[in-house]
Amino acid sequence: WAPLSSSPHTNSTTIMAVEFDGGVVIGADSRTTTGAYIANRVTDKLTPIHDRIFCCRSGSAADTQAIADAVSYQLGFHSIELDEPPLVQTAANLFKQMCYRYREELMAGIIVAGWDKRRGGQVYTVPMGGMLVRQPVSVGGSGSSYIYGFIDSKYKSGMTKEECLRFTADALALAMERDGSSGGVVRLAAITESGLERSVILGNQLPTFFSA
Amino acid sequence: NNENDDDHDGFQPVLFVSLCRNTLLEANVAKLGCSLPPARKTGTTICGVVYKDGVVLGADTRATEGMVVADKNCSKIHYISPNIYCCGAGTAADTEMTTQLISSNLELHSLSTNRLPRVATANRMLKQMLFRYQGYIGAALVLGGVDCNGPHLYSIYPHGSTDKLPYVTMGSGSLAAMAVFEDRFKPNMEEEEAKQLVRDAIAAGIFNDLGSGSNIDLCVITKGKVDYLRPHDEANKKGVRTGDYKYKHGTTGVLTKQVTTLQLEVMDESVQTMDTS
Repeated sequence: WAPLSSSPHTNSTTIMAVEFDGGVVIGADSRTTTGAYIANRVTDKLTPIHDRIFCCRSGSAADTQAIADAVSYQLGFHSIELDEPPLVQTAANLFKQMCYRYREELMAGIIVAGWDKRRGGQVYTVPMGGMLVRQPVSVGGSGSSYIYGFIDSKYKSGMTKEECLRFTADALALAMERDGSSGGVVRLAAITESGLERSVILGNQLPTFFSA
Repeated sequence: NNENDDDHDGFQPVLFVSLCRNTLLEANVAKLGCSLPPARKTGTTICGVVYKDGVVLGADTRATEGMVVADKNCSKIHYISPNIYCCGAGTAADTEMTTQLISSNLELHSLSTNRLPRVATANRMLKQMLFRYQGYIGAALVLGGVDCNGPHLYSIYPHGSTDKLPYVTMGSGSLAAMAVFEDRFKPNMEEEEAKQLVRDAIAAGIFNDLGSGSNIDLCVITKGKVDYLRPHDEANKKGVRTGDYKYKHGTTGVLTKQVTTLQLEVMDESVQTMDTS
Protein backbone atom coordinates (compact mmCIF):
# COMPACT_ATOMS: atom_id res chain seq x y z
CA TRP A 1 0.00 0.00 0.00
CA ALA A 2 1.41 3.36 -0.93
CA PRO A 3 0.47 6.81 0.34
CA LEU A 4 -1.60 8.40 -2.40
CA SER A 5 -0.44 11.87 -3.31
CA SER A 6 -4.10 12.53 -4.02
CA SER A 7 -4.84 12.33 -0.29
CA PRO A 8 -3.69 15.70 0.93
CA HIS A 9 -1.23 15.96 3.77
CA THR A 10 -3.28 16.94 6.85
CA ASN A 11 -2.55 17.83 10.44
CA SER A 12 -5.77 16.26 11.77
CA THR A 13 -4.75 17.16 15.14
CA THR A 14 -5.40 18.21 18.62
CA ILE A 15 -4.38 21.78 19.40
CA MET A 16 -5.05 23.84 22.50
CA ALA A 17 -4.35 27.24 24.02
CA VAL A 18 -5.00 28.63 27.52
CA GLU A 19 -4.70 32.20 28.84
CA PHE A 20 -3.23 32.92 32.24
CA ASP A 21 -2.29 36.11 34.04
CA GLY A 22 0.91 37.18 32.34
CA GLY A 23 0.84 35.01 29.24
CA VAL A 24 -0.50 31.98 27.40
CA VAL A 25 0.23 28.27 27.25
CA ILE A 26 -0.17 26.54 23.90
CA GLY A 27 0.05 22.86 23.05
CA ALA A 28 -0.33 20.42 20.17
CA ASP A 29 0.20 16.78 19.23
CA SER A 30 2.76 15.93 16.54
CA ARG A 31 1.06 13.75 13.93
CA THR A 32 0.71 14.57 10.20
CA THR A 33 -1.15 12.04 8.08
CA THR A 34 -1.49 11.27 4.35
CA GLY A 35 -4.55 9.04 4.39
CA ALA A 36 -3.73 6.33 6.92
CA TYR A 37 0.06 6.77 6.73
CA ILE A 38 1.78 8.99 9.28
CA ALA A 39 3.97 11.19 7.11
CA ASN A 40 5.59 13.02 10.03
CA ARG A 41 5.37 11.74 13.62
CA VAL A 42 7.27 14.66 15.14
CA THR A 43 5.56 17.64 13.50
CA ASP A 44 5.81 21.04 15.11
CA LYS A 45 2.35 22.55 14.82
CA LEU A 46 3.19 25.51 17.07
CA THR A 47 4.46 28.03 14.57
CA PRO A 48 6.02 31.38 15.54
CA ILE A 49 4.42 34.35 13.81
CA HIS A 50 6.34 36.94 15.77
CA ASP A 51 8.57 37.10 18.87
CA ARG A 52 5.67 36.76 21.31
CA ILE A 53 2.89 35.50 19.02
CA PHE A 54 2.36 31.89 17.96
CA CYS A 55 -0.28 30.02 16.02
CA CYS A 56 -1.47 26.42 16.42
CA ARG A 57 -2.22 24.83 13.03
CA SER A 58 -4.85 22.21 12.21
CA GLY A 59 -6.37 21.11 8.91
CA SER A 60 -4.47 20.97 5.62
CA ALA A 61 -0.72 21.16 6.21
CA ALA A 62 -0.10 22.98 2.92
CA ASP A 63 -2.85 25.56 3.53
CA THR A 64 -1.85 26.33 7.12
CA GLN A 65 1.86 26.55 6.31
CA ALA A 66 1.15 28.92 3.42
CA ILE A 67 -1.19 31.07 5.55
CA ALA A 68 1.26 31.19 8.45
CA ASP A 69 4.11 32.23 6.13
CA ALA A 70 1.96 34.95 4.57
CA VAL A 71 0.76 36.29 7.94
CA SER A 72 4.32 36.22 9.39
CA TYR A 73 5.42 38.34 6.48
CA GLN A 74 2.54 40.80 6.82
CA LEU A 75 2.94 41.07 10.60
CA GLY A 76 6.72 41.51 10.40
CA PHE A 77 6.25 44.32 7.90
CA HIS A 78 3.53 45.93 10.03
CA SER A 79 5.70 45.69 13.16
CA ILE A 80 8.61 47.45 11.43
CA GLU A 81 6.29 50.21 10.24
CA LEU A 82 4.84 50.56 13.74
CA ASP A 83 8.27 50.37 15.35
CA GLU A 84 6.87 48.32 18.20
CA PRO A 85 5.86 44.71 18.86
CA PRO A 86 2.54 43.89 17.18
CA LEU A 87 -0.70 43.13 19.03
CA VAL A 88 -2.01 39.57 19.21
CA GLN A 89 -5.36 40.93 18.04
CA THR A 90 -3.67 42.25 14.87
CA ALA A 91 -2.17 38.86 14.10
CA ALA A 92 -5.52 37.19 14.74
CA ASN A 93 -7.28 39.59 12.43
CA LEU A 94 -4.75 38.98 9.66
CA PHE A 95 -5.44 35.26 9.96
CA LYS A 96 -9.18 35.92 9.98
CA GLN A 97 -9.05 38.08 6.86
CA MET A 98 -7.15 35.46 4.90
CA CYS A 99 -9.19 32.52 6.18
CA TYR A 100 -12.50 34.26 5.54
CA ARG A 101 -11.68 35.65 2.10
CA TYR A 102 -10.47 32.29 0.80
CA ARG A 103 -12.84 30.21 2.93
CA GLU A 104 -14.03 28.05 -0.02
CA GLU A 105 -10.50 27.13 -1.06
CA LEU A 106 -8.90 26.64 2.34
CA MET A 107 -9.11 23.94 4.98
CA ALA A 108 -7.52 25.57 8.01
CA GLY A 109 -8.42 25.73 11.69
CA ILE A 110 -6.04 28.03 13.54
CA ILE A 111 -5.62 29.18 17.14
CA VAL A 112 -3.62 32.40 17.53
CA ALA A 113 -2.08 32.97 20.96
CA GLY A 114 0.52 35.27 22.45
CA TRP A 115 1.40 38.13 24.74
CA ASP A 116 1.37 41.85 24.11
CA LYS A 117 1.76 44.91 26.30
CA ARG A 118 -1.80 46.20 25.89
CA ARG A 119 -3.85 43.17 26.91
CA GLY A 120 -1.34 40.61 28.23
CA GLY A 121 -1.92 36.97 27.36
CA GLN A 122 -4.64 36.38 24.74
CA VAL A 123 -6.07 33.42 22.84
CA TYR A 124 -8.05 33.95 19.63
CA THR A 125 -9.60 31.11 17.68
CA VAL A 126 -10.06 31.22 13.88
CA PRO A 127 -11.88 27.98 12.96
CA MET A 128 -12.73 26.83 9.42
CA GLY A 129 -14.98 29.40 7.79
CA GLY A 130 -13.08 32.38 9.12
CA MET A 131 -14.81 33.37 12.35
CA LEU A 132 -12.71 35.21 14.94
CA VAL A 133 -13.43 35.06 18.64
CA ARG A 134 -11.34 35.54 21.78
CA GLN A 135 -11.60 32.77 24.38
CA PRO A 136 -9.77 32.13 27.68
CA VAL A 137 -9.41 28.48 26.64
CA SER A 138 -9.62 27.09 23.13
CA VAL A 139 -9.20 23.65 21.56
CA GLY A 140 -9.18 22.65 17.92
CA GLY A 141 -8.58 19.84 15.46
CA SER A 142 -10.19 16.42 15.10
CA GLY A 143 -9.13 15.36 18.59
CA SER A 144 -10.78 18.31 20.27
CA SER A 145 -14.22 16.66 20.14
CA TYR A 146 -13.08 14.14 22.75
CA ILE A 147 -11.95 16.65 25.34
CA TYR A 148 -14.65 19.33 25.48
CA GLY A 149 -16.10 17.63 28.55
CA PHE A 150 -12.70 17.48 30.23
CA ILE A 151 -11.99 21.14 29.44
CA ASP A 152 -15.38 22.31 30.66
CA SER A 153 -15.11 20.42 33.93
CA LYS A 154 -11.43 20.99 34.75
CA TYR A 155 -10.83 24.58 33.64
CA LYS A 156 -10.86 27.30 36.28
CA SER A 157 -9.84 30.90 35.76
CA GLY A 158 -6.84 32.24 37.65
CA MET A 159 -4.57 29.23 37.06
CA THR A 160 -0.81 29.69 37.24
CA LYS A 161 1.54 28.95 34.36
CA GLU A 162 2.47 25.53 35.79
CA GLU A 163 -1.20 24.61 36.32
CA CYS A 164 -1.96 25.62 32.73
CA LEU A 165 0.92 23.50 31.42
CA ARG A 166 -0.31 20.48 33.42
CA PHE A 167 -3.91 21.08 32.29
CA THR A 168 -2.89 21.32 28.62
CA ALA A 169 -0.68 18.23 28.76
CA ASP A 170 -3.49 16.22 30.40
CA ALA A 171 -6.08 17.34 27.86
CA LEU A 172 -3.82 16.60 24.88
CA ALA A 173 -2.87 13.18 26.27
CA LEU A 174 -6.53 12.26 26.61
CA ALA A 175 -7.31 13.42 23.08
CA MET A 176 -4.33 11.57 21.62
CA GLU A 177 -5.43 8.40 23.39
CA ARG A 178 -8.87 8.47 21.74
CA ASP A 179 -8.29 10.18 18.38
CA GLY A 180 -6.56 8.09 15.72
CA SER A 181 -5.45 11.18 13.83
CA SER A 182 -3.62 12.61 16.86
CA GLY A 183 -0.52 11.16 18.45
CA GLY A 184 3.25 11.23 18.73
CA VAL A 185 4.62 13.66 21.26
CA VAL A 186 3.08 16.61 23.07
CA ARG A 187 4.66 19.95 22.22
CA LEU A 188 4.09 22.76 24.70
CA ALA A 189 5.06 26.41 24.77
CA ALA A 190 4.57 29.11 27.40
CA ILE A 191 4.67 32.70 26.11
CA THR A 192 5.14 35.56 28.55
CA GLU A 193 6.55 39.07 28.53
CA SER A 194 10.01 37.78 29.37
CA GLY A 195 10.04 35.25 26.56
CA LEU A 196 9.29 31.80 25.36
CA GLU A 197 9.70 28.37 26.97
CA ARG A 198 9.24 25.36 24.71
CA SER A 199 9.05 21.79 25.93
CA VAL A 200 8.33 18.33 24.59
CA ILE A 201 6.67 15.42 26.38
CA LEU A 202 7.68 12.14 24.76
CA GLY A 203 5.22 9.27 24.29
CA ASN A 204 6.33 7.23 27.28
CA GLN A 205 6.30 10.27 29.60
CA LEU A 206 2.70 11.27 28.82
CA PRO A 207 0.26 11.46 31.74
CA THR A 208 -1.70 8.21 32.01
CA PHE A 209 -5.36 7.74 32.78
CA PHE A 210 -7.69 4.81 33.11
CA SER A 211 -7.77 2.81 29.87
CA ALA A 212 -10.57 0.32 29.32
CA ASN B 1 -10.19 36.77 -9.17
CA ASN B 2 -8.99 39.24 -6.57
CA GLU B 3 -7.37 41.99 -8.65
CA ASN B 4 -8.06 44.67 -6.06
CA ASP B 5 -5.95 42.85 -3.45
CA ASP B 6 -2.94 44.29 -1.75
CA ASP B 7 0.24 43.06 -3.43
CA HIS B 8 1.56 42.11 -0.02
CA ASP B 9 -1.12 39.47 0.23
CA GLY B 10 1.31 36.61 -0.30
CA PHE B 11 -1.41 34.85 -2.33
CA GLN B 12 -1.19 34.64 -6.12
CA PRO B 13 -4.12 33.82 -8.45
CA VAL B 14 -4.05 30.28 -9.88
CA LEU B 15 -3.07 30.21 -13.58
CA PHE B 16 -4.56 27.54 -15.85
CA VAL B 17 -4.23 28.92 -19.37
CA SER B 18 -3.90 25.45 -20.94
CA LEU B 19 -6.75 23.85 -19.02
CA CYS B 20 -9.47 24.70 -21.59
CA ARG B 21 -7.36 23.55 -24.53
CA ASN B 22 -6.41 20.30 -22.79
CA THR B 23 -9.99 19.37 -21.88
CA LEU B 24 -11.02 20.06 -25.50
CA LEU B 25 -8.20 17.86 -26.85
CA GLU B 26 -9.14 15.09 -24.44
CA ALA B 27 -12.78 15.23 -25.61
CA ASN B 28 -11.75 15.14 -29.29
CA VAL B 29 -9.50 12.12 -28.74
CA ALA B 30 -12.23 10.35 -26.78
CA LYS B 31 -14.60 10.81 -29.73
CA LEU B 32 -12.17 8.77 -31.87
CA GLY B 33 -12.33 5.99 -29.29
CA CYS B 34 -8.77 6.42 -28.02
CA SER B 35 -7.36 7.90 -24.84
CA LEU B 36 -4.46 10.19 -24.16
CA PRO B 37 -1.29 8.38 -23.03
CA PRO B 38 -1.01 8.14 -19.25
CA ALA B 39 1.46 10.54 -17.71
CA ARG B 40 4.83 8.97 -17.09
CA LYS B 41 5.23 8.65 -13.35
CA THR B 42 8.25 7.73 -11.36
CA GLY B 43 6.71 4.99 -9.16
CA THR B 44 9.77 5.47 -7.05
CA THR B 45 11.53 5.17 -3.83
CA ILE B 46 13.46 8.28 -2.81
CA CYS B 47 14.94 9.12 0.56
CA GLY B 48 17.41 11.28 2.39
CA VAL B 49 19.36 11.24 5.63
CA VAL B 50 21.31 13.85 7.61
CA TYR B 51 24.59 12.52 8.96
CA LYS B 52 27.62 13.96 10.74
CA ASP B 53 29.17 15.90 7.85
CA GLY B 54 26.20 16.49 5.54
CA VAL B 55 23.33 14.74 3.78
CA VAL B 56 22.98 11.58 1.73
CA LEU B 57 20.20 11.43 -0.88
CA GLY B 58 19.14 8.18 -2.54
CA ALA B 59 16.80 7.13 -5.34
CA ASP B 60 15.87 4.10 -7.45
CA THR B 61 15.94 4.41 -11.27
CA ARG B 62 12.63 3.06 -12.59
CA ALA B 63 10.14 5.26 -14.49
CA THR B 64 6.71 3.73 -15.21
CA GLU B 65 3.94 4.52 -17.67
CA GLY B 66 0.98 2.75 -16.10
CA MET B 67 2.09 -0.86 -15.56
CA VAL B 68 4.95 -0.72 -18.08
CA VAL B 69 8.51 0.34 -17.30
CA ALA B 70 9.23 3.31 -19.56
CA ASP B 71 12.80 3.91 -18.46
CA LYS B 72 14.97 1.34 -16.69
CA ASN B 73 17.65 3.81 -15.72
CA CYS B 74 16.29 7.30 -15.26
CA SER B 75 17.96 9.86 -13.06
CA LYS B 76 15.78 11.05 -10.17
CA ILE B 77 18.34 13.10 -8.26
CA HIS B 78 18.20 16.58 -9.78
CA TYR B 79 20.70 19.40 -9.52
CA ILE B 80 19.43 22.55 -7.82
CA SER B 81 22.70 24.34 -7.04
CA PRO B 82 26.31 23.30 -6.39
CA ASN B 83 25.47 22.57 -2.76
CA ILE B 84 21.81 21.49 -3.09
CA TYR B 85 20.25 18.46 -4.81
CA CYS B 86 16.63 17.30 -5.00
CA CYS B 87 15.10 13.84 -5.48
CA GLY B 88 11.74 13.77 -7.26
CA ALA B 89 8.79 11.36 -7.07
CA GLY B 90 5.40 11.63 -8.76
CA THR B 91 4.85 12.85 -12.31
CA ALA B 92 8.27 12.73 -14.03
CA ALA B 93 7.70 15.85 -16.15
CA ASP B 94 6.55 17.83 -13.14
CA THR B 95 9.56 16.96 -10.99
CA GLU B 96 11.97 17.61 -13.88
CA MET B 97 10.53 20.99 -14.82
CA THR B 98 9.92 22.19 -11.27
CA THR B 99 13.48 21.45 -10.16
CA GLN B 100 14.89 23.06 -13.29
CA LEU B 101 12.82 26.20 -12.78
CA ILE B 102 13.80 26.61 -9.16
CA SER B 103 17.44 25.81 -10.00
CA SER B 104 17.44 28.58 -12.58
CA ASN B 105 15.79 31.11 -10.28
CA LEU B 106 18.09 30.15 -7.43
CA GLU B 107 21.17 30.74 -9.60
CA LEU B 108 19.94 34.23 -10.43
CA HIS B 109 19.17 34.84 -6.76
CA SER B 110 22.64 33.61 -5.79
CA LEU B 111 24.27 36.00 -8.28
CA SER B 112 22.17 38.81 -6.90
CA THR B 113 23.01 38.12 -3.24
CA ASN B 114 26.60 37.13 -4.05
CA ARG B 115 26.26 34.14 -1.68
CA LEU B 116 25.97 30.39 -1.86
CA PRO B 117 22.24 29.56 -1.89
CA ARG B 118 20.58 28.18 1.23
CA VAL B 119 18.46 25.05 1.36
CA ALA B 120 15.68 26.96 3.14
CA THR B 121 15.47 29.34 0.17
CA ALA B 122 15.04 26.47 -2.29
CA ASN B 123 12.41 25.00 0.05
CA ARG B 124 10.47 28.28 0.18
CA MET B 125 10.55 28.71 -3.60
CA LEU B 126 9.40 25.14 -4.21
CA LYS B 127 6.60 25.17 -1.63
CA GLN B 128 5.24 28.52 -2.77
CA MET B 129 5.11 27.38 -6.38
CA LEU B 130 3.50 24.03 -5.59
CA PHE B 131 0.91 25.66 -3.32
CA ARG B 132 0.04 28.13 -6.07
CA TYR B 133 -0.84 25.17 -8.33
CA GLN B 134 -2.96 23.60 -5.57
CA GLY B 135 -1.54 20.08 -6.00
CA TYR B 136 -2.04 19.88 -9.77
CA ILE B 137 1.74 19.77 -10.21
CA GLY B 138 2.38 16.21 -9.02
CA ALA B 139 5.85 16.68 -7.61
CA ALA B 140 6.81 15.07 -4.31
CA LEU B 141 10.39 16.05 -3.51
CA VAL B 142 13.20 15.27 -1.10
CA LEU B 143 15.41 18.36 -0.94
CA GLY B 144 18.83 18.19 0.67
CA GLY B 145 21.99 20.24 0.86
CA VAL B 146 24.66 21.88 2.94
CA ASP B 147 24.86 25.64 3.39
CA CYS B 148 26.34 28.18 5.80
CA ASN B 149 23.97 26.95 8.53
CA GLY B 150 24.91 23.29 8.17
CA PRO B 151 23.23 20.29 6.53
CA HIS B 152 19.46 20.43 5.94
CA LEU B 153 16.85 17.98 4.64
CA TYR B 154 13.26 18.74 3.65
CA SER B 155 10.38 16.71 2.25
CA ILE B 156 8.01 18.66 0.00
CA TYR B 157 4.54 17.43 -0.92
CA PRO B 158 2.56 18.23 -4.11
CA HIS B 159 0.09 20.47 -2.27
CA GLY B 160 2.89 22.63 -0.95
CA SER B 161 3.44 21.45 2.63
CA THR B 162 6.99 20.77 3.80
CA ASP B 163 8.61 18.97 6.73
CA LYS B 164 12.14 19.55 7.99
CA LEU B 165 13.44 16.26 9.39
CA PRO B 166 16.64 14.25 9.94
CA TYR B 167 15.40 11.44 7.66
CA VAL B 168 12.65 11.35 5.02
CA THR B 169 11.27 9.02 2.37
CA MET B 170 8.84 9.66 -0.53
CA GLY B 171 7.21 7.78 -3.37
CA SER B 172 5.33 4.50 -3.64
CA GLY B 173 8.20 2.66 -1.95
CA SER B 174 8.40 5.15 0.92
CA LEU B 175 6.85 2.82 3.48
CA ALA B 176 9.43 0.11 2.80
CA ALA B 177 12.27 2.63 2.97
CA MET B 178 10.90 4.27 6.12
CA ALA B 179 10.76 0.88 7.83
CA VAL B 180 14.53 0.57 7.29
CA PHE B 181 15.16 4.10 8.57
CA GLU B 182 13.00 3.71 11.67
CA ASP B 183 14.95 0.58 12.54
CA ARG B 184 18.51 1.76 11.97
CA PHE B 185 18.75 5.54 11.89
CA LYS B 186 21.03 7.17 14.47
CA PRO B 187 21.95 10.86 14.68
CA ASN B 188 25.52 11.87 13.69
CA MET B 189 26.37 8.75 11.69
CA GLU B 190 29.63 8.37 9.78
CA GLU B 191 29.59 8.70 5.99
CA GLU B 192 29.91 4.99 5.19
CA GLU B 193 27.21 4.07 7.69
CA ALA B 194 24.87 6.70 6.25
CA LYS B 195 25.51 5.57 2.66
CA GLN B 196 24.84 1.95 3.63
CA LEU B 197 21.61 2.94 5.39
CA VAL B 198 20.30 4.90 2.40
CA ARG B 199 21.34 2.11 0.04
CA ASP B 200 19.44 -0.41 2.13
CA ALA B 201 16.36 1.80 2.36
CA ILE B 202 16.19 2.23 -1.43
CA ALA B 203 16.84 -1.50 -1.86
CA ALA B 204 13.85 -2.20 0.41
CA GLY B 205 11.74 -0.05 -1.91
CA ILE B 206 13.13 -1.67 -5.06
CA PHE B 207 12.51 -5.24 -3.93
CA ASN B 208 9.20 -4.75 -2.10
CA ASP B 209 7.45 -2.12 -4.26
CA LEU B 210 6.33 -2.81 -7.83
CA GLY B 211 6.64 0.84 -8.79
CA SER B 212 10.36 0.96 -7.95
CA GLY B 213 13.21 -1.00 -9.44
CA SER B 214 16.56 -1.21 -11.22
CA ASN B 215 19.57 0.53 -9.70
CA ILE B 216 20.33 2.67 -6.66
CA ASP B 217 21.66 6.18 -7.18
CA LEU B 218 23.24 8.05 -4.28
CA CYS B 219 24.26 11.68 -3.81
CA VAL B 220 26.50 12.58 -0.87
CA ILE B 221 26.61 16.31 -0.13
CA THR B 222 29.12 17.75 2.31
CA LYS B 223 30.55 21.19 2.87
CA GLY B 224 32.44 21.99 -0.30
CA LYS B 225 32.03 18.59 -2.02
CA VAL B 226 29.31 16.60 -3.79
CA ASP B 227 29.65 12.89 -4.72
CA TYR B 228 27.07 12.03 -7.36
CA LEU B 229 27.22 8.23 -7.40
CA ARG B 230 25.24 7.03 -10.38
CA PRO B 231 24.92 4.11 -10.14
CA HIS B 232 26.03 3.40 -6.61
CA ASP B 233 24.65 -0.12 -6.66
CA GLU B 234 23.45 -2.05 -9.69
CA ALA B 235 21.04 -4.14 -7.70
CA ASN B 236 19.26 -5.47 -10.80
CA LYS B 237 21.79 -6.40 -13.48
CA LYS B 238 20.26 -8.05 -16.55
CA GLY B 239 21.00 -11.77 -16.39
CA VAL B 240 22.76 -13.85 -19.09
CA ARG B 241 20.43 -16.21 -20.94
CA THR B 242 21.40 -19.80 -20.34
CA GLY B 243 19.23 -21.27 -23.13
CA ASP B 244 18.62 -20.36 -26.80
CA TYR B 245 15.58 -20.69 -29.02
CA LYS B 246 17.73 -21.00 -32.16
CA TYR B 247 18.18 -24.65 -33.15
CA LYS B 248 21.20 -26.02 -35.04
CA HIS B 249 20.89 -27.17 -38.68
CA GLY B 250 19.96 -30.85 -38.66
CA THR B 251 17.94 -30.78 -35.39
CA THR B 252 14.83 -31.65 -37.39
CA GLY B 253 15.24 -34.61 -39.75
CA VAL B 254 14.24 -34.00 -43.44
CA LEU B 255 12.09 -36.83 -44.92
CA THR B 256 11.32 -35.50 -48.44
CA LYS B 257 12.25 -32.44 -50.49
CA GLN B 258 10.21 -31.04 -53.40
CA VAL B 259 11.17 -27.93 -55.41
CA THR B 260 8.48 -26.16 -57.48
CA THR B 261 9.63 -23.25 -59.68
CA LEU B 262 7.18 -20.42 -60.14
CA GLN B 263 6.20 -19.75 -63.78
CA LEU B 264 6.81 -16.04 -64.31
CA GLU B 265 6.57 -14.14 -67.61
CA VAL B 266 8.19 -10.75 -68.17
CA MET B 267 5.24 -8.42 -68.92
CA ASP B 268 6.87 -5.02 -69.05
CA GLU B 269 10.36 -3.65 -68.71
CA SER B 270 11.13 0.01 -68.05
CA VAL B 271 14.13 1.99 -66.89
CA GLN B 272 13.80 4.99 -64.62
CA THR B 273 16.93 7.07 -64.18
CA MET B 274 17.57 8.40 -60.67
CA ASP B 275 18.44 12.07 -60.33
CA THR B 276 21.89 11.93 -58.77
CA SER B 277 22.78 15.57 -59.39
